Amino acid sequence: MAGLTLYDKLWRNHLVEQREDGSALIYIDRHLIHEVTSPQAFEGLRLAGRKPWRLDANLAVPDHNVPTSREERAGGIAGIRDQVSRLQVQTLDDNCRDFDIVEIPINDVRQGIVHVVGPEQGATLPGMTIVCGDSHTSTHGALGALAHGIGTSEVEHVLATQCLIQQKMKNLLVRVDGALPAGVTAKDVALAIIGRIGTAGGTGYAIEFAGEVIRGLSMEGRMTLCNMSIEAGARMGMIAVDQTTLDYVKGRTYSPSGALWDAAQAAWADLHSDADAVFDKVVTLRGEDIVPQVTWGNSPEMVLPVDGHVPDPQGMDNATQRSAAQRAIEYMGLTPGMAITDIHLDRVFIGSCTNSRIEDLRAAAAVVRGRQVASSIKQALVVPGSGQVKAQAEAEGLHEIFLAAGMEWREPGCSMCLAMNADKLGAGEHCASTSNRNFEGRQGIGGRTHLVSPAMAAAAAIAGHFVDVRTLQESTQ
Amino acid sequence: MKSFTVLEGLVAPMDRANVDTDMIIPKQFLKSIKRSGFGPNLFDEMRYLDEGQPGEDCSNRPLNPDFPLNQPRYHGATVLLARENFGCGSSREHAPWALEDYGFRCIIAPSFADIFYNNCFKNGILPVVLPAATVEQLFTALYAQAGYRLEIDLAAQEVRTPAGEVLGFEVDVARKQCLLKGLDDIGVTLESAAHIHKFENRWREQSPWLFNVIGKGQG
Ligand code: SF4
Repeated sequence: MAGLTLYDKLWRNHLVEQREDGSALIYIDRHLIHEVTSPQAFEGLRLAGRKPWRLDANLAVPDHNVPTSREERAGGIAGIRDQVSRLQVQTLDDNCRDFDIVEIPINDVRQGIVHVVGPEQGATLPGMTIVCGDSHTSTHGALGALAHGIGTSEVEHVLATQCLIQQKMKNLLVRVDGALPAGVTAKDVALAIIGRIGTAGGTGYAIEFAGEVIRGLSMEGRMTLCNMSIEAGARMGMIAVDQTTLDYVKGRTYSPSGALWDAAQAAWADLHSDADAVFDKVVTLRGEDIVPQVTWGNSPEMVLPVDGHVPDPQGMDNATQRSAAQRAIEYMGLTPGMAITDIHLDRVFIGSCTNSRIEDLRAAAAVVRGRQVASSIKQALVVPGSGQVKAQAEAEGLHEIFLAAGMEWREPGCSMCLAMNADKLGAGEHCASTSNRNFEGRQGIGGRTHLVSPAMAAAAAIAGHFVDVRTLQESTQ
Repeated sequence: MKSFTVLEGLVAPMDRANVDTDMIIPKQFLKSIKRSGFGPNLFDEMRYLDEGQPGEDCSNRPLNPDFPLNQPRYHGATVLLARENFGCGSSREHAPWALEDYGFRCIIAPSFADIFYNNCFKNGILPVVLPAATVEQLFTALYAQAGYRLEIDLAAQEVRTPAGEVLGFEVDVARKQCLLKGLDDIGVTLESAAHIHKFENRWREQSPWLFNVIGKGQG
């Protein structure tokens, strides 16, 4: 018999019951809860007179709706100006109290984007099954876990039964060999992979990322990569456990310690694909070929190297592709053949569950240090992913670098990633954003989002248009 | 979920085809954080003369006197008699939530939209498909007689009229069982509770670091 993939092992370890119709009951170790997708689930429990199956499996934190300006944030929940946002955050608070679920409240230093907070607190660990009512739950797969997003009715199902009804996915191996050139980051790798396999390339698969480049990434970088699995169509992405994983996990609030750490470490040693494991599909990239990436259209697969040019739809054979490109070029206000570096920006957003960890902020600060944001840029926001990231950045003086350059330094939350709070793009405005979705209207009605790495976003803020960050990095050396 | 065995109830008419989920519960009510309390806004646009706002008290709003549910003879109805393609439109579960919250437990129509049909079973509502000609006869009988009632027997798969007619209907076996027992997806999974406990106990022994770390069970 062939060996097992990492996904096969995680699946096997959590299989409660295999059903005749092909579905299976899978046990869930950790359930992360935020304010947008949970209210009706709690209400459902209440109406049915049910209680959560296991309280200690749950952890809640508000993130999508919380304001990120210091002033609005200072008032706590009562200070949230938008009525719907305030009600959702308040409801999370109320539900957690009623059901006895641990919540990290709005102005706690540990508060932040749920996908930053989970790993940071050691609430998400290798070998776990992890779910949350948010599609970027794939982030946690970076720890060698089976992690994916779920809908509101499934949130209720997990709360009530500690299980989910699932179909097993196929296995896709994405291997990135070699080494990355200087100035190229995990975000560029993620975008290059999506550019290669497309936004539906991973549909029906669980992705495992492997290869020398992946091994060489920090945990922050691995999270960035797994975070964007969903943009490649896969509900989950994961990376085998190695020393980098163990070093990251050790010593965190909810991580095991002492004898339990030793036992856990021994169990986690198996969390990799067997040498003779068979994947249904294998995609390989060479690290050396990857350069800083910029998306030009309204799908993450509409991505180009920074030295590229906006494509000409006329030259496309595929009719669907042609009309999608045409529509994107119109919406984005571009012209075919235009150099990516000629795209001028109005705003810059450094943040989101993709790129708001300490390493991301360091990379951005390194570019910004001693420079000024271009006068044509209306706003450059830096939004740390959690209160702890914020504190760490401030301890390192990163906030002073951003502020001195003319950027804003905000309170943690999802912020401009989805424009549910006050941070939004105006119609027609171009934004260099470190988030993960460039759909029409995602960052505000009529807003034009370009996805990039934190270093590339910082460079764009300085130049006022896209530039290859490596030219700036060279001039500082 | 409430179980459905035999329902004997007053019938109200929804005499138009293609009633979509937006008519059942308009968009502005979807921002709610609740799944209960949609009853007063069921069929909001047809039922009231003004435009409804979320959170508004509906008791003082001007009623549309022509809308059947506003007429005393239909007050307290639990069975809705409807036309073709009832429940078309979005997949929102708010539509069955609103119908159920209002008090409807059974909807009879010649056809239903797929997702809505499914969502009904998840929310304790029985959708019954009867031939268009039969539905037409029921409408005639309903209009002819105030206080018209029907008896719907799920186990027997029968609708029984006051005149003593017995109208058979089809329903998927698995869905029928769930509704008879009052089981939703969660209810079905909880039938495996013993398996889950067994798995959990073994898993706890094997991976104790995954348990009792967060919250009151800590330590
Ligand atoms: S940062 Fe953006 S993508 Fe991530 S959880 Fe928040 S809204 Fe979703």
